[in-house]
Amino acid sequence: MKTKNLILFTLISSFFLIFLVSIWKILATLQGLNIQHLNLQIIFIFGLLISFANLRIGSKIKIFYKSIIFSLIFVICDGYIIQKLPLWYNIGIFLILYFFVNKINKYSFENLKEEHSTQVIFFDFLTLFGILFFSFVILFPFYMMLITSFKTQISLLVNPLDFSINFGQDLKDLFKSYFVIFKTYKFGKYIVTSTIVSVGTVIITLIFAIPAAYAIARLNFFGKSFMSTSILIIYMFPAIVLVIPLYTIFSQLGLRNSIEGLLIVYTATTLPVAIYMLQGYFKSIPKELEEAAILDKLSWFGIISKIIIPLSIPAISSVALYVFMIAWNEFLFSLMFLDNPNSFTLSRAIQYLSGDAETPRQYLMAGSVIVTLPVLFIFVYFEKYLVSGLTAGSVKG
Amino acid sequence: MKDTLANTEKKTAYILTLPAVALVFAIILFPIFANVWISFKEVELKDIRIPEPRAKKIVKSISEDPSKIKILYKLRNSSLLQEIRDVSFQDKFPKNFEIEELDPRCEFKKYALKCKFGNWPPKYRENFQVIFKKNDGSKIDKKELKSTKPKLVGTSDNVLLNTNFTLKNFKKVLFDNEFVDLLLTTFYYTFFGTVGSIIFGILTAQMVNQKFYGRTFMRSVLLFPYVAPVVALAYTWELLLDPNSGTLNSLLINYQVIETPINLLGQKYIQINFFGFDFKLRLALTTVIMFEIWRYFPLAFLFILARLQAIPKELYEAADVDGASPFQKFFNITLPQITAVISILFMIRFIWNFNKFEDVFLLTGGASGTRTLPINVYQQGFAISDIGMGSAVSIVIVVLLLLFMFFYFKLLGKRVDEN
Repeated sequence: MKTKNLILFTLISSFFLIFLVSIWKILATLQGLNIQHLNLQIIFIFGLLISFANLRIGSKIKIFYKSIIFSLIFVICDGYIIQKLPLWYNIGIFLILYFFVNKINKYSFENLKEEHSTQVIFFDFLTLFGILFFSFVILFPFYMMLITSFKTQISLLVNPLDFSINFGQDLKDLFKSYFVIFKTYKFGKYIVTSTIVSVGTVIITLIFAIPAAYAIARLNFFGKSFMSTSILIIYMFPAIVLVIPLYTIFSQLGLRNSIEGLLIVYTATTLPVAIYMLQGYFKSIPKELEEAAILDKLSWFGIISKIIIPLSIPAISSVALYVFMIAWNEFLFSLMFLDNPNSFTLSRAIQYLSGDAETPRQYLMAGSVIVTLPVLFIFVYFEKYLVSGLTAGSVKG
Repeated sequence: MKDTLANTEKKTAYILTLPAVALVFAIILFPIFANVWISFKEVELKDIRIPEPRAKKIVKSISEDPSKIKILYKLRNSSLLQEIRDVSFQDKFPKNFEIEELDPRCEFKKYALKCKFGNWPPKYRENFQVIFKKNDGSKIDKKELKSTKPKLVGTSDNVLLNTNFTLKNFKKVLFDNEFVDLLLTTFYYTFFGTVGSIIFGILTAQMVNQKFYGRTFMRSVLLFPYVAPVVALAYTWELLLDPNSGTLNSLLINYQVIETPINLLGQKYIQINFFGFDFKLRLALTTVIMFEIWRYFPLAFLFILARLQAIPKELYEAADVDGASPFQKFFNITLPQITAVISILFMIRFIWNFNKFEDVFLLTGGASGTRTLPINVYQQGFAISDIGMGSAVSIVIVVLLLLFMFFYFKLLGKRVDEN
């Protein structure tokens, strides 16, 4: 048996245990528990002991009993002797320990003798650590956004660490921020504007992009190759260099503060990628179908509407979803072009809200939840389509 | 016959592509050229509004004589800087109205008052008053009078269209003391944001490429920061990092990691003691870069994962037979297979991070050492309201961007040649 491997194994597994327990302790602190010490050293020592004892015992005891015994010992020491903490916290700790012991159970003294065993262990734990770490880091801000929108100004200032929500209270009080932003700040109107702008952009983009993409994919004409290569280069030009000329031109034409102005700009900025994505898909449709249609004397309009569009619904949906997402999330142009609250989009309205230092943060977060939810919902529901859109359109972002 | 067929094909193609090409040209290509034009001009935000002759109509009854009515037009030139030439005025009145005194500049025909006011200098104001009476002696309906609005027309110069050019903007941008600092900040932001997001992308892709319970869910979650709106995310982060009652600072103080809160977004430098060496870290910039990485690593993840899943399994099986360690497998099989994707990603992200405006704007507004070039475009153009300067900064961005693209395609060309 290699002592080096044994030491590394116990060290890595105890660091992993520290990480698990710390996340749980942080979440528990945020539920209002008064935990002032993470007690990292104690968890570390426990981790070392448990992983060593686990190796020692091996398969002499059934894994089920083994996990329960280890977990109970840890819970009793951590939750009752060192800190007095409520039952739900200790149940959580128990489950974490149960999970942990099950994870380390697959290693035995024989395992550690194998070649590269430290690296295998390292990679195994790194993956586990990564899954937990990234889930926590990514989901935490979203969790905070949601929780803050249900809190009141006073409770946020008194104890910023208390994330617990009192579900016993009246629904009206619970959703107070939402009522306020809809009533006082007219968020209903902004939702309508945002929806009109995003859906409008999708429709106009598709109307412009489908014929153009068809022409690039199928027809021969002078300047075709130039057009298809320049599409992406045009797409790389950022919005920030367009802003000043567009602002001046739109001001003089009276297109600022209008939905039409936004629609034009959003359509133009999403067109290149829409054409790029669609023409790629159109090229994969067998040509024979169209040749038959040409013999039937169908016009190009007939070919596009009767053959191309029905066959490329998946590609069109992913373009549509991608364009919708871009238009819904867009901020820069709405900041520049809209300064009249009557024509705000959701993003611009939230930014406007934050400009006033007096605005309570729970209103800001309620607005953020409202603008985020539709996008996340669409994303989760249509993930397959959107991911292909994201990959193709990823030159932008 | 064949020739005509080819011709119809061409014609159809032009008809089909024209709307899209025209729109892209008008909204994307034209502004880029317009930027060049504006950047050589001394234009401020207030100049771009075309001067308008304006009139406010006030209807007043005359107490001594109910059959007469006084109408006051408050005339003014909306511009404080430019004159308006040949202002003409027109207002319509209901039938049966007669005018009492006619201003020499005006005429009253067919119940319409028409005037020629000539040239109005900047800031011009005049109270123009007309008295009317009804010729049939009936009661005057004030509402009817108020409902019509006067029309004013005048011609004026458009600052944007004249041909006065100057190099002042570029001199100011390029020889400004802070220009080097601006470039450096932009470079740090771009470079570290790009490298960070690619490293996290590799880690997460490697992770999700293994089999575990909840893998598809994990893949969706990893993309959340990329698909959610910037506004919501930036304000959430601002709350999270707030020095007074932000969650992060409160947690760190609660666990006695720090004693006083750190203003992560508002402090330019922080002293760090690293193995006895004191050095200054650009704190706000680092935080902004962290946000950048957090928001854009999902994209790198998506690309690299797609590439990882395309690597043939046989390569790993062969390596297992040879007794390769996990590290060896990673460095000798995985990494060479994904270098192409990484180089493409690096360039794309580099260009886009270089142009990123919203993230920094929403988090810090460009304060405490986070002013990048795109932020400077906004600040010059809209905060200082010097459109010409803003355009000049945009031109600097476009030139640097073209340079990046040039090198990128050169490198890419080389790569293709080698293979």
